[in-house]
Amino acid sequence: MPFDPNDIMKDRLTDIGPPKYDKFFPPIVKENYGKWKYHEILEPGVLVHVSETGAKLYSVRVGTSRLVSVDFIREVCDIADKYCDGYLRWTTRNNIEFLVTDESKLRPLIDDLKSRSNWFPIGGTGASITSIVHTQGWVHCHTPAIDASGIVKAVMDDLFEYFGSHKLPAQVRIALACCLNMCGAVHCSDIAILGVHRKPPFIEHERVQNVCEIPLVIAACPTAAIKPKKVGEYKSIEINEARCMFCGNCYTMCPALPIADQDGDGVAIWVGGKVSNSRVPPMFSKLAVPYIPNEPPRWPTVVKTIRKIVEVYASDARRYERIGEWINRIGWERFFEKTGFEFRHEHIDDYRLAMTTWRTTTQFKF
Amino acid sequence: MALKHKTPMLDELTKGPWPSFVTDIKRVAERKPECDDLLGLLELSYKDKEGHWKHGGIVGVFGYGGGVIGRYCDRPDLFPNVAHFHTMRVNQPASKFYKTDVLRKLCDIWEGKGSGLFNFHGSTGDIILLGTTTDQLEPIFYELTHELGMDLGGSGSNMRTPEGCVGKARCEWSCIDTQDIIYDITMRYQDELHRPMFPYKFKFKASGCPNDCVAAIARADCSIIGTWRDKIRIDQEAVRAYVGGELVPHGGADGPEKRPLDIQAEVIDKCPTKCMEWDGKNLKIYDEDCVRCMHCINIMPRALRPGEDVGATILVGAKAPILEGAQLSSVVIPFMKMEPPYEEFHEFVGRMWDWWMEHGKNRERLGELIQRLGLREFLNAVGLQPDPRMINTPRYNPYIFYDPADVPGGWTRDAKAYRERHQP
Repeated sequence: MPFDPNDIMKDRLTDIGPPKYDKFFPPIVKENYGKWKYHEILEPGVLVHVSETGAKLYSVRVGTSRLVSVDFIREVCDIADKYCDGYLRWTTRNNIEFLVTDESKLRPLIDDLKSRSNWFPIGGTGASITSIVHTQGWVHCHTPAIDASGIVKAVMDDLFEYFGSHKLPAQVRIALACCLNMCGAVHCSDIAILGVHRKPPFIEHERVQNVCEIPLVIAACPTAAIKPKKVGEYKSIEINEARCMFCGNCYTMCPALPIADQDGDGVAIWVGGKVSNSRVPPMFSKLAVPYIPNEPPRWPTVVKTIRKIVEVYASDARRYERIGEWINRIGWERFFEKTGFEFRHEHIDDYRLAMTTWRTTTQFKF
Repeated sequence: MALKHKTPMLDELTKGPWPSFVTDIKRVAERKPECDDLLGLLELSYKDKEGHWKHGGIVGVFGYGGGVIGRYCDRPDLFPNVAHFHTMRVNQPASKFYKTDVLRKLCDIWEGKGSGLFNFHGSTGDIILLGTTTDQLEPIFYELTHELGMDLGGSGSNMRTPEGCVGKARCEWSCIDTQDIIYDITMRYQDELHRPMFPYKFKFKASGCPNDCVAAIARADCSIIGTWRDKIRIDQEAVRAYVGGELVPHGGADGPEKRPLDIQAEVIDKCPTKCMEWDGKNLKIYDEDCVRCMHCINIMPRALRPGEDVGATILVGAKAPILEGAQLSSVVIPFMKMEPPYEEFHEFVGRMWDWWMEHGKNRERLGELIQRLGLREFLNAVGLQPDPRMINTPRYNPYIFYDPADVPGGWTRDAKAYRERHQP
């Protein structure tokens, strides 16, 4: 029964949820569910998982731009049909994994992927830089301070050698969020690219009472910098600008408080976060560079800054040390010395719980 | 067909070795005018260094409060084909396994009724359909449910689409059945997923082991992380094979070459609790000191495996900075077996949500409410007893909130008796 625009309740299905997880499992996964014994990375981007039953599943991992078209997905399907009996999966970091059970198809698949211009870079396993998880940026979001896809493209072009190789001390996870909302949850990444505003919002007094719930706007401010105020005949608000830390939360609640600004906005770079529990507990990313101006289309300063971090880390860290572990070993004074980044007042926390980040020991390095 | 808009800045992003989203959008723009306008709008953003999308409006499919995000551009005069360009979130199958037939059907629907552009996938895990008009929302929803057996995911103040790692489908370390847990949560809470009823968003994520491949501990209001309580399983012969250079260390993550593993430097010295010894023949693990960090297992996957008494640690409260600053999840249930039908877990979820819905302010995440009212309040509300596994250290400030019920006589004082003992 086709859709009837005049009777949308007809044959309506709701709350059916996603397809059950095993509907798209290849037979080898169904048969060996929970029986996997070990895995090995045969070469960068190529994994084999071996089951207690002796079954072997090969996965070829390729990076993607995340923002993709139907043409791209159809090409992906052609490849999966040809070599993988139509089965494939995506990883949490927006890589595609082509799943191969017939070993004789593995090399032809790899050769085929490599023959398709630069659409299907193979890599992203082990001690590499895998696809950058990111948000929408200027492509489709309403609060961004920066673009997302464009910066990611520029950074990955520059770091491409680290995607298809295992030459780093450990994996380096880069993530981008285009504003402090952090839909991309970059706050625990080895390297985080974060869009920041630096000017308080301005107030369109004539619009506020028409498009905003004033009590919600007031409640939305984490520093209580917003108060109600009558401006002429308009019910509006006033902002104590000295208390604004540019989070943009008020703009999210009220579109009559624009915060984006071509001179105010830009990029902050954070380092040393991780989520895994291996060796040391999960860590937050910390501020490395407070501000880099927006430089579309190729964002050269962002690219150069991230390359600097990666190169200093790669030459200085010990095997298995994540960026945060390396920094904890050498100390922040050495981190700034080795990278050449300027240490500024912005690096010293002055928000809530700031004291927990100040040095309360004479143990430091000259 | 020549494209309407010139995009000299974006064209710079068609160069270089990484896949280009600009090249991809351009080929669709040849036949889809909205993609042409999207590129034009983005080029304008590159010129202005400001975004050009307005706030979302109230759009959706009938009966749902989430799953669709309204999006309107602020220059419809220049780019009329993206004047309305709404997002739809489609709930992905757990762990993102697909068969090509379903992806092809999805492409056909989306080519016909939308922009033909996707995010594969969004940060929370959904397949994102990027850009359509209000009149297409119901037809797309109808075809998704009828032809693909797929449903919308979450947006707004509801339970967001849950997400899990690859789990037992293709990982030897998964201590819990992440797919089944995520599917169970998703299906059981369809109402909470589709109809906003909470103070703010709520996220569940499940990782099969402490390596936490979906970043549950950093991103989920309720993080379910697989773990074990007994001993690491050891194959001593395989340990010797790593030391002897017969096996590739770290599963090949540092390169495919076989080399002798320096077990002292690479494993034992890296152990956070130094709970291992190597006598040249056998690896001894003092499991009572092990904190299950996974490092030794990661480095010697063919010799070491998680134990057999498996379950999950339940942690709560992670979030990104807005508003009260970034938080990691905190341990509240050190161990739960997590076996179907997961009743113990769901009872916990019910009590947790009741407390959050009663006390949470508008746009206050669970972790922020716990920070505001205290972990003790939360533990009381969900019926959990304090446990040293919940903390890094006992408090070092003396300002304890006592309950009158915990003090003999409560807070009632006998002023007369006091003054009989003390002159004023």
